[in-house]
Amino acid sequence: MVSAESWLRWIPLLPLLGAVLHVAVGYRVGRRATGVLACSVVGVSFLLALRAFSALVSAPEGAVLADDVYRWIAVAGFNIDVRLVLDSLSVVMCLVITGVGFLIHVYSTGYMAHDDDYARFFAYLNLFTSAMLVLVMADNLVLMFVGWEGVGLCSYLLIGFWYTDTAKASAGKKAFVVNRVGDAAFVIGTFLLFWALAPGASDMGGSSLRFADINAAAPGLSPGLVTAAALLLFVGATGKSAQIPLFVWLPDAMAGPTPVSALIHAATMVTAGVYMVARLNGLFEAAPAAMTVIAWVGAITALMAATVGVVQNDIKKVLAYSTVSQLGYMFMALGVGAFGAAVFHVMTHAFFKGLLFLGAGSVIHALHEEQDIRKMGGMRARTPVTWATFAVATLAIAGVPGLAGFFSKDAILAATFAGGHYGLWLIGLAGAALTAFYMTRLLRLVFFDSFRGDRERGEQAHESPRSMTVPLIVLAVLSVAGGYLGVPHALGGHDVLGSFLAPSVSSAAHAGHALHLSMAVEWLLMLVSTTVVLGSMGFAWKLYAAGPDADVVVRGALGRAWQWMASAWRVDEAYERLVVRPIGRGAGFLWKSVDVGLIDSFADGVAMTAGVLAETWRRWNSGSVQHYALSLLAGALALVAAVLLGGGG
Amino acid sequence: MDQQLLSLLIAVPVVGAGLVALAGPGAVKSMRAIALTASLAVFAVALRIAALFDSSTGEFQFTEQAAWIPQMGVTWSLGLDGISLLLVLLTVFLTPLVVLNSATSIDKRPKGYLVNVLLLESAMLGTLVATDVLVFYVFWELMLVPMFLLIGIWGGRRRVYASMKFVLFTMVGSLPMLVALVWLGLAHAAATGAPSYAMTDLYDLELTRSAQAWCFAAMALSFAIKVPMWPLHTWLPDAHVEAPTGGSVILAGVLLKMGAYGFLRLAMPICPDVLGVAMPIIGALAVVGIIYGALVAMVQPDMKKLVAYSSVSHLGFVMLGLSSLNVVGVEGAVYHMISHGISTGALFLLVGVLYERRHTRLIADFGGLWRQVPLYAFFLLVVTLSSIGLPGLNGFVGEFLILLGAFKASPVLAILACSGVVLGAVYMLWMFQRVMFGEIDKAENREISDLNRRELVILVPLLALIVLMGVYPQPFLKTMEASVELTLERAGITPVETARAEVSR
Repeated sequence: MVSAESWLRWIPLLPLLGAVLHVAVGYRVGRRATGVLACSVVGVSFLLALRAFSALVSAPEGAVLADDVYRWIAVAGFNIDVRLVLDSLSVVMCLVITGVGFLIHVYSTGYMAHDDDYARFFAYLNLFTSAMLVLVMADNLVLMFVGWEGVGLCSYLLIGFWYTDTAKASAGKKAFVVNRVGDAAFVIGTFLLFWALAPGASDMGGSSLRFADINAAAPGLSPGLVTAAALLLFVGATGKSAQIPLFVWLPDAMAGPTPVSALIHAATMVTAGVYMVARLNGLFEAAPAAMTVIAWVGAITALMAATVGVVQNDIKKVLAYSTVSQLGYMFMALGVGAFGAAVFHVMTHAFFKGLLFLGAGSVIHALHEEQDIRKMGGMRARTPVTWATFAVATLAIAGVPGLAGFFSKDAILAATFAGGHYGLWLIGLAGAALTAFYMTRLLRLVFFDSFRGDRERGEQAHESPRSMTVPLIVLAVLSVAGGYLGVPHALGGHDVLGSFLAPSVSSAAHAGHALHLSMAVEWLLMLVSTTVVLGSMGFAWKLYAAGPDADVVVRGALGRAWQWMASAWRVDEAYERLVVRPIGRGAGFLWKSVDVGLIDSFADGVAMTAGVLAETWRRWNSGSVQHYALSLLAGALALVAAVLLGGGG
Repeated sequence: MDQQLLSLLIAVPVVGAGLVALAGPGAVKSMRAIALTASLAVFAVALRIAALFDSSTGEFQFTEQAAWIPQMGVTWSLGLDGISLLLVLLTVFLTPLVVLNSATSIDKRPKGYLVNVLLLESAMLGTLVATDVLVFYVFWELMLVPMFLLIGIWGGRRRVYASMKFVLFTMVGSLPMLVALVWLGLAHAAATGAPSYAMTDLYDLELTRSAQAWCFAAMALSFAIKVPMWPLHTWLPDAHVEAPTGGSVILAGVLLKMGAYGFLRLAMPICPDVLGVAMPIIGALAVVGIIYGALVAMVQPDMKKLVAYSSVSHLGFVMLGLSSLNVVGVEGAVYHMISHGISTGALFLLVGVLYERRHTRLIADFGGLWRQVPLYAFFLLVVTLSSIGLPGLNGFVGEFLILLGAFKASPVLAILACSGVVLGAVYMLWMFQRVMFGEIDKAENREISDLNRRELVILVPLLALIVLMGVYPQPFLKTMEASVELTLERAGITPVETARAEVSR
């Protein structure tokens, strides 16, 4: 079943090579060469991923391609191999990363065309792609962690790409540090699993902490331990995938160039947590309590972020909270055991959210860095391709029937309902209504009615170059077509993706939950969600015919809640007050009061007392030996003093 | 020649120092050339040793023995195992870089500086290869003198205070250690009829529990000050801030590790019966050091002081690894000693680069340097990432193994220590941000030039090792594995994992 394919390593290696070349020679070769190099390494990786995909499709079910690169760390039974594997789950991720990644690289050649630091940008972008590929291709937790931290680093570097702006640099640091909190939990979970599994495969010189081993062993371990490990890993996921309570970095991350927001903070990196849980489905299935936590955290995040999305005025912030919300859906799916549906949504979300960000970038580009949607409007005529593709993506994410988001969101909601989680289903439905609302508001305020910004900007606004619009068109096609990989049986489809993924997430006992619903119930559910979505869209459309002034109506209707939504439920503020400031003050206290005040004064005091005592002792003792020794010491000190004084100038 | 490689290792720097001293007072260039040649010769000797080293055994190799003070049973005995070999390699690797660096960082009395650096190298190497405890002690104390002078003569404004503090702290520790070591030799005489100070003899000595407790306490005090462990660390920030760049590199790079090395080489194997009680205490103090050092580093306005406190935190990790008493944790600790030596050495050199150009080390005096010095920024970024333990670079391997080992010994301590990993990212990235990001708002900073060729020659090898040790740690781990296992065995621990690994071989 496992076939050795030593070419797999080139999938992550090529982008890495690209990054190294950008650093080494990027400042000498021209922009064109840099752009071609950056895109082609990712493009070739995509082709290799396609090759792997076709090999897997034609292979018997459950086949795995593997590439043993080398043994990385080996200490007394702890063996970590650099071993890459592709199964149906990771190959789908690889295709998304390299495919959408390639499109965004191409788009970036246009978007960043006038930036001074062209080569540095593509070095980071290539490096990111490489790290993300390591993350999904790793066959063990520690190697995954390499990619996990690697993408975090690139995120840090890219958020703060325009580093002369201190706020942007700070946003990068915030992202890194918040993620580190999650990562600390991630490694503790890893330790727990390592020692729990220690008398396992690695005794025989095999690799430790392999996903396959963890999934296989989890049901046999003590439930408390499995739950603890699962929850710790999930805390890691809440960092990377911006869930409650660690989501606060993602909205700030919008400080990065917009293609970065599309690639890293929408399409790929933020789904790493979802992928990790799906990868470790055996472990999580063995921890039902953890699964419940995941489902609820996901659902509440989905709803909470959607409420915040309603009141944002920065085009990228709307999309950022939308991403947090959509990631919440994915976790809700994971939590109810619908791993396949979660991955399906990862994929469709990569298409339409990547497209939304790229479209937003195109608008921002056209308006010379304007991001406030209140100062937009009427962009439909100025940027027709952007408008058309953006509209497709909006319909897709809102869940309008026939587009990708409809199928994947429906799969999640159906699985939730089928599992008997009616509360979660209801939250999911409410989130869908809000999503439809804020996306319609966004679409209308940006593209329809008349332009509200300053006239000069409006007049100069024009459609982006082809390097930017072609990726938009491709993603728009995918935002529709992508859904047809997962047409449910109720609609006469075959859920092609679901069956392809099944062997990789097969330990999931409820994998086929959606099937347990009767055709009638499934139709009914779809009808309900479609009605809600369309109704919400129509309501928003009508409301925002009045332009941004309609916000006043919303504000009035929400009353007090509006304040909370506008301040993102004050989570940031709470962190600042309860964590950041106390640590800062405590650190200052430790330095000034404990280190200098207490310990040093004590040491100085001891030294001084000793000096006084020695002096007294010397006077009272005229014993020749002591006297000699002390004179020697005094002499030595005098000598040193002389040297010091002599050299003082 | 291969029989006396270790003596040669100790002798070459001394000869080099002598030759430097003979050079004419004005011949600064030739002094530097001599010193560099000597330090490279030592490097070559060490490489020869590494090439001949047999990593399959943990016993001392390249052993030499000569009578020294036969009446007292003191012998000039040298030997080295995998642990000392790695530290020897670190020492001989850093010294030429320090010599090279002196060309720009030291204007005053270059001869004395170079002589001191070489003598210090010799003393460090002696400490690492001594297998007689009194020889160890002599070299241990000998390290003090050149370091004292390096800080006291070539240091900054408060150099007198800092150097005295350094000496006093260290001396307070080493006197009880001397008493303990002499007592051990006498105990050996009482048990067998002949005094001996050979480490291997002392390892076999049967001591009562209380005797072990006293000996351990006496040695631990000395070693803990050297590491330095909280709360005995306050000499370190002052010493670092005042020391010249080269002094800081050696101090943080090698000297601090001597404390941890002392635990491994003497305190733990000689006093195995008390480790069950002592090591948890050490582990707890180590964790306090990790968090405390990181927090205090966070609020430092001076870059060098920040790096100094970060060393308190990092050495806390090393001690936490030792306290785990399992192969994973101890190998992690030794690995971290080496990688901290490389990364922090590089950090001090990089801080020195800025200091030479601007004559300030205050973070607030910089800002926006990236555009001005992109090459420098690249190096500082990689070293910063290495220091915060990014996987793929050297810092991760040691830190991960330490925490993994410590988790087995005490999950609570390991979990607490993980917060140090988070704080590490905070203080390093914050420093990086304040120095590199933003706009250049001070006119002086527009004059700063990027790294020159000499600085690149110094930094590139460090960077290469940072990457190599992160990507391919196996050669280093292999070198120490048998030695760590034997050391733990002597310390009365037969690690389960080790036994299992044996079976599978």
